[in-house]
Amino acid sequence: MPARTPLFLVSALGFGIAVLYVPILVLIGYSFNASPLVNVWGGFSTVWYGTLWHNGELLRAALLSLEVAVSASTGAVILGTLAAIALVRFARFPGRLLLTGMVNAPLVMPEIITGITQLLLFVSMVQLLSWPHRGFTTIVISHVTFCTAYVTITVQARLQSADRSLEEAAQDLGASPARAFLEITLPIIAPAIVSSWLLCFTLSLDDLVISSFVSGPGASTLPMVIYSKVKLGVSPDINALASLIVCAVGVCILFAGWMMRRAEQRRALETQLARG
Amino acid sequence: MKPNGRPGRWLIILPPLVFLLLFFLVPFGFAFKISFAQAAAHVPPYSDVLSVTPDRHLHLAISLANYRFLVTDELYGLAYLFSLKTAFFSTLVCLILGYPMAYAIARAPRALQGVLLLVIMLPFWTSFLLRVYALEGIIRDNGLLNTLLLHLGLIHHPLRIMRTNLAVYLGIIYSYLPFMVLPLFATLEKLDPALLEAATDLGSTPWQAFCDVTVPLSLPGVIAGSMLVFIPAVGEFVIPSLLGGPNNLMIGKVLWDEFFGNHDWPVAAAVAIAFLLLLAGPIAIYQYYNVRQLEA
Repeated sequence: MPARTPLFLVSALGFGIAVLYVPILVLIGYSFNASPLVNVWGGFSTVWYGTLWHNGELLRAALLSLEVAVSASTGAVILGTLAAIALVRFARFPGRLLLTGMVNAPLVMPEIITGITQLLLFVSMVQLLSWPHRGFTTIVISHVTFCTAYVTITVQARLQSADRSLEEAAQDLGASPARAFLEITLPIIAPAIVSSWLLCFTLSLDDLVISSFVSGPGASTLPMVIYSKVKLGVSPDINALASLIVCAVGVCILFAGWMMRRAEQRRALETQLARG
Repeated sequence: MKPNGRPGRWLIILPPLVFLLLFFLVPFGFAFKISFAQAAAHVPPYSDVLSVTPDRHLHLAISLANYRFLVTDELYGLAYLFSLKTAFFSTLVCLILGYPMAYAIARAPRALQGVLLLVIMLPFWTSFLLRVYALEGIIRDNGLLNTLLLHLGLIHHPLRIMRTNLAVYLGIIYSYLPFMVLPLFATLEKLDPALLEAATDLGSTPWQAFCDVTVPLSLPGVIAGSMLVFIPAVGEFVIPSLLGGPNNLMIGKVLWDEFFGNHDWPVAAAVAIAFLLLLAGPIAIYQYYNVRQLEA
């Protein structure tokens, strides 16, 4: 841009970023407060991090959430990538519009509606098929449903910008369409697949509303436990737990972003080299 | 795709299609069905709408009582209106805050753009529940905001923000701001600076050029961003539940209480269906602009 960015815009951006980050930084700060009273600073301490390790309920919930997140994001990555390939590569097939709609709708669908409707489905299925048992399985299915949308959109964008002439060249040299795709295009979209796995992982780890509806007795995910504690007010051990989760998720996202960026740069360089 | 790729095509199309059909679309059918049932004191807690009688006839027992209840009990009407109002004003504030932010990022040097976008994205992916909880640390009676204002002598008694509607507004704006900035940035970034220069050359002031060129061209981003904030905000549950007062009437909270408090599944299903019909318009608008933007 030739013109200088007006000061007003820069300060608006600075203000917006401050609004987004100050609460999180304050939360992390409070998590090191030695005093159990939230409004009194009792000196620096990591005592609340220590108490987390002795809270069996939290540990069990964290383990369940991790298992759910790994399974759901893996499932979503497979289905979402297939959907992206179908939508980008096959211009016409019966159900294309339906698939487009079903991929995009979960992004804006209020969670509470998705949660209720899916629970009603699972309950009706149990009546008819005696399956699925409400708990781990139903939570994973629900999470795959909304995560798939994010994968498809990320991979779709990548696939659209991928150069098809490379794949065509491989086919001209005798590779089958499937092999050409696997050897040429898959490596190109791999960063998008990995980063969408990470994004799904964080989305699944964070979901409260849908999990609360579709979960059964005894299967409480970490957000469900946190919610019931937070409902009672601010507490120092939840501050510590929240800080841990926010930092872990932040690292995941930064890694995903860094990977996408590096792949982009490498591709730009390779294109440049190929053109001589 | 070549003709010989055809059978293999379905191996790619069918898994996501069938999965989403079964677990995303079909559930709405079941919710629709159960919204015509009546609450019952067994497991599952509703009557059969469709059943087979002993003499092998299909028996259809449709009850419109739930929908009649929605119309007659003014709680639901009020909740819908209150949710729409809350979502509308939160969206407006997000737009006012988010537009200059997106514009500033779009005008930043390329190298900085990536970093700034990541900075905006990071909270967007970070735990929603925990961010709402973090906000409580700022706005509660002895939180950072009140401590700061008292310290500066601007107020003499702590402001009561927690458990009020203002807290719900702040929560929604804080949580959904990134949803507004990203689509706005996507359209503003594509804006050709030559158009602005042309407008200036033809005698426009920068403000006129902004109103006549930038605003109309960024309209798809404004609509996409507004819908991304508005639609989930209408159904928001976590924010009114944690920050709002006990009598807060957001529809998501009413629905949750109906389900987990009163265990009235058929009424909850009817509320969900009515709610979905209410949102069909905004969702259609969003889809329309989204598809157009993908094709552009």
